[in-house]
Amino acid sequence: MNDTEKQLLKIIADMDGVPNGAYNIRSNGALLDRKTTPNVDIKTKTDKPGIDIIIRPNTKGEVIHIPVVINETGLSDTVYNDFIIGDNADVIIMAGCGIHNCGDNESRHDGVHSFFVGKNARVKYIERHYGEGDGVGKNVMNPTTVVNIGENGYMEMETTQIKGIDDTVRVTNATVADGGTLVIKEKIMTHKNQVAKTDFTVNLIGKNSGANVISRSVAKDDSFQSFKSNINGNNLCNGHTECDAIIMDNARVEAIPEICANHIDASLIHEAAIGKIAGEQLIKLMTLGLTEQEAEQEIINGFLK
Amino acid sequence: MLELINVSYNAQSESGEKEILKDISLKFEEGFIAITGPNGGGKSTLAKIIAGIITPTSGKILLDGEDITALSVTERAKRGISFAFQQPVRFKGITVKDLITLACGKEITVAEACDYLSQVGLCARDYIDREVNASLSGGELKRIEIATVLARSTKVSLFDEPEAGIDLWSFNNLINVFEKMHSKLGGSIIIISHQEKILNIADKVAVLVGGKLEAFGAKSDILPELLNATSAACSVLTNGLEGQK
Repeated sequence: MNDTEKQLLKIIADMDGVPNGAYNIRSNGALLDRKTTPNVDIKTKTDKPGIDIIIRPNTKGEVIHIPVVINETGLSDTVYNDFIIGDNADVIIMAGCGIHNCGDNESRHDGVHSFFVGKNARVKYIERHYGEGDGVGKNVMNPTTVVNIGENGYMEMETTQIKGIDDTVRVTNATVADGGTLVIKEKIMTHKNQVAKTDFTVNLIGKNSGANVISRSVAKDDSFQSFKSNINGNNLCNGHTECDAIIMDNARVEAIPEICANHIDASLIHEAAIGKIAGEQLIKLMTLGLTEQEAEQEIINGFLK
Repeated sequence: MLELINVSYNAQSESGEKEILKDISLKFEEGFIAITGPNGGGKSTLAKIIAGIITPTSGKILLDGEDITALSVTERAKRGISFAFQQPVRFKGITVKDLITLACGKEITVAEACDYLSQVGLCARDYIDREVNASLSGGELKRIEIATVLARSTKVSLFDEPEAGIDLWSFNNLINVFEKMHSKLGGSIIIISHQEKILNIADKVAVLVGGKLEAFGAKSDILPELLNATSAACSVLTNGLEGQK
């Protein structure tokens, strides 16, 4: 593993050396390293690029790392990863993609992740996307996440696009069964001419199912963000979607929250707010001795924390 | 020492220019100074002029002899002016601990942050990790606002109606907070207030009516006059209006 790879892994997966527990590290489109545990098996797919991560029922407290790094310019990598989380399991999965592109060609990673969350299982899925490099080649990531939550299952998905991703289309499709819950927390910051589009669709098909989709984003310079969230309530269920965005400079943000109640006992709420940083917030922090730029940075850091 | 020399401020309104502050000269020596007077008299504007949020139309502001009239909010804060807003600002994502840390200007322990919160009557452990957002009540935000000024410990501490939105029980504690500040911090503690209990603990009282300084002097001279009237505010207002005739 070279220094660039190590640095990217630290940023996207908090990895400092080899992690405890199961992991699968993919670098420049190929397997770099893998470890399994008695409860977590990782297998290479035979029909297409990607892996199956199989977590045995009743597995508790394991942390699984599935990072991807790219430091070759012009590389386009597509993977299909399936996560099968056994009944009653309770695990954390840390995924993420880091691109270091110093060349003039586009580097691209498209990950299609499918989750099958078993009965009474709980999973926290943390996904970080990050790009860097001095070249003019674009860093592109288009993650697709498919979520199936079983009876009384729970999944929390925390996705963060830290910086340096020029173009992204993030698609999430979820189905939640009886008593199941899906929580999505998305954080995005865009700069320069970057474009970030997210599109969430959650189908609450189970009785007493629930979803909470929360997006916080900051758009700077000439960047553009589009947030689309669609929650369909097809049973007795609770759904909430919220988009909060700060715009700066010449950036643009659109938010399209959509809720659709197809059942008399579906209770759905959407909220969306877009605006610049309030002047009084800046002034308050300036009265504490911060400069206007420092105040702005603190407000953004807090907002995306 | 903070000094205002012939400070005036005119604001633009639909009906043209309006005089908000008229030729105010005031010396804030070390100690506890209360500024009172009827609503609309220019008290909050004066506080914002001291903090640097509003630039006066004319006049000078001196801090320890240095002319700070042209200095920004940040530069004044760095020189030792703190300001507790009448209506505290909310922040999504910034926690109470974050805000107190920023006020201190250095990393502080949870225990230190808790100490400031306890001083303003908040059960610290319940608040330290909470966001300074709409989930906090007006009274809670107000007390956190006061805690940020305590944490700064500067030579000029300015409070704009600290009692507004605080319940009666907490109000009595608030009086204790100011009394303690007085002995601990030194410097000038300037409080804009309508409350007799706050005026009572001041060394000096300034009365601002219709943008003019109607009276300024020792509490023992000013307060009896204010309280002798059936309604202090009405009396001040009447006097003020008569004074303008």
